[in-house]
Amino acid sequence: MSNLPADLKYTKTHEWVRDNGDGTVTVGITDHAQDALGDIVFVEVPENGRTVAAEEASAVVESVKAASDIYSPLAGEIVEGNAALADTPDAINTSPYEDGWIFRLTPADMGALAGLLDAAAYEQIVADES
Amino acid sequence: MLIQEQSRTGRRATAQAPLHSPEVADIPEGLRRRARPALPEVSEMQAVRHYTRLSQQNFSIDTHFYPLGSCTMKYNPRACNSLAMLPGFLGRHPLAPETHGQGLLACLFDLQEILKAVTGMHAVSLAPSAGAQGEFAGVAMIRAYHRARGDHARTEILVPDAAHGTNPASAVMCGFKVREIPTGSDGDVDLDALRAAVGPQTAGIMLTNPSTVGVFDRNIQAIAQAVHAAGGLLYYDGANLNAILGQVRPGDMGFDVIHMNLHKTFSTPHGGGGPGAGPVGVSKRLEPYLPVPLVAHEDAGYLWLTESDRPESIGRLTAFGGNMGILLRAYIYARLIGREGMGRVAEFATLNANYLLARLQEAGFEAAYPERRASHEFIVTLKREAREFGVNTMDFAKRLLDYGYHAPTTYFPLLVPECLLIEPTETESKEDLDGFVAAMTAIRHEAQETPEQVKGAPHSLPVRRLDDVRAARQLDLAWTPGASEDAHG
Repeated sequence: MSNLPADLKYTKTHEWVRDNGDGTVTVGITDHAQDALGDIVFVEVPENGRTVAAEEASAVVESVKAASDIYSPLAGEIVEGNAALADTPDAINTSPYEDGWIFRLTPADMGALAGLLDAAAYEQIVADES
Repeated sequence: MLIQEQSRTGRRATAQAPLHSPEVADIPEGLRRRARPALPEVSEMQAVRHYTRLSQQNFSIDTHFYPLGSCTMKYNPRACNSLAMLPGFLGRHPLAPETHGQGLLACLFDLQEILKAVTGMHAVSLAPSAGAQGEFAGVAMIRAYHRARGDHARTEILVPDAAHGTNPASAVMCGFKVREIPTGSDGDVDLDALRAAVGPQTAGIMLTNPSTVGVFDRNIQAIAQAVHAAGGLLYYDGANLNAILGQVRPGDMGFDVIHMNLHKTFSTPHGGGGPGAGPVGVSKRLEPYLPVPLVAHEDAGYLWLTESDRPESIGRLTAFGGNMGILLRAYIYARLIGREGMGRVAEFATLNANYLLARLQEAGFEAAYPERRASHEFIVTLKREAREFGVNTMDFAKRLLDYGYHAPTTYFPLLVPECLLIEPTETESKEDLDGFVAAMTAIRHEAQETPEQVKGAPHSLPVRRLDDVRAARQLDLAWTPGASEDAHG
């Protein structure tokens, strides 16, 4: 089974969310997602200050197999996109939960975070898919 | 090896060179080239051998089974090519008066009529010069229709998640928002999700039927009803028209607008991004918006209809009348196979696909939609092979090349993991289909016993496995004069 840190929240569309404790969260894609996509060759991160709705397509990840939308797990305002991914898109493959983060946002309602999946529930979804 | 790498200063094919350099006195000084162009300097024999060698390295439908099928391009009968090259067609100037091109206009008019008859649409325009442009034209007509009625609230186009990527792109290019509709586990559009999504904001839905998962959507009437009841229009993506040609008509299914990829269904060439043709057909209420020019037939003969005849047209998409050479080939193909032949295309395309699916299932491969009959194509998922042997779909695809088979479409549609989308088309014999099954079976055996042999494939081709990751990350698209060029002057 792929690596699923217990302190993160997850979505059924394979994003992870980390509560940074300062009113912002960080978003990326899971180890399972990067493995399924294969080698990432291009990432388009959202602009700072953009307001996104929950489940809105907010970034694009392109691998040798496919281009995939990344959905914002929560509604809020984008604080920062990971600019380093422009030169090192493969960070999503090698370090999906650390260097490979995609964007940070300030959620409109931090309480919505609790409504996302925990590691066990996400693991079950992945198991059902395969 | 690039031909530039064979270049030696001063080497030429003297027999082919002009005796006198042409005068260019009328080109202004500032526009003239100062340095010589970086063209390779080679002998005639070197040029002949270089390009002949390249052509021999081609993996093409003329030499190999090609299960990409009409998804990419069908076999092009030679007769279409030779007839379209008749001097009367080739030599006609696009600005020549209509009276000097009645033969060509008659062919185009007949092609419009044939496409109308076979799709069940009310009118057809041949103007769009590719499938994607046909899609753009189709969605632009949907927009024009709603606008003309003062219905400005319709801002959304519905697109099933199994759709071709061009569908949402075309909708966005026309200023619409895209709303995705999920596909059920049986391959049909999720009808409840569709009914929940339609409303006064719905401009239309873009559907491919049979869909990209290779099944005919059984709920098409209910879909048409739901979208029409909400005031939206139905767009038919003609990508899979080959499956139903001469059997079922999009117009009868309730579609308002359709684009046809002539290279997919009507056997026209489509190589290297070359010229294409994507005619559009419409129901009666969309006719005023068709792109111009159109060909009409009156007592005096054939003539072009242009903006002055069709003031509500979405306009022109291309210079002159479209890609004549391609349109002619489609016309000739349609006339060669005739009305009965069209029906046989769909019969044999689906028969071949279902035979191949059944044989592959017998051989132990897993169908993505096992309870469904295939249309002209079907999906096999290799997720079990990937999990158990660590050999994925791309490895199978590359190893097929060693066995003399072009790989089917890989990793599309995106909603089926580790998938091969296989489409034999109507032109393959039973023996060729059996050979493909034997190769797939042999590769699976290798995946079990000697997986490295599959993962390292291809082994027997002039080029081994390409590093597509490096190619995507470090784009290198053009040859530039480098050190070797300097050394030779």
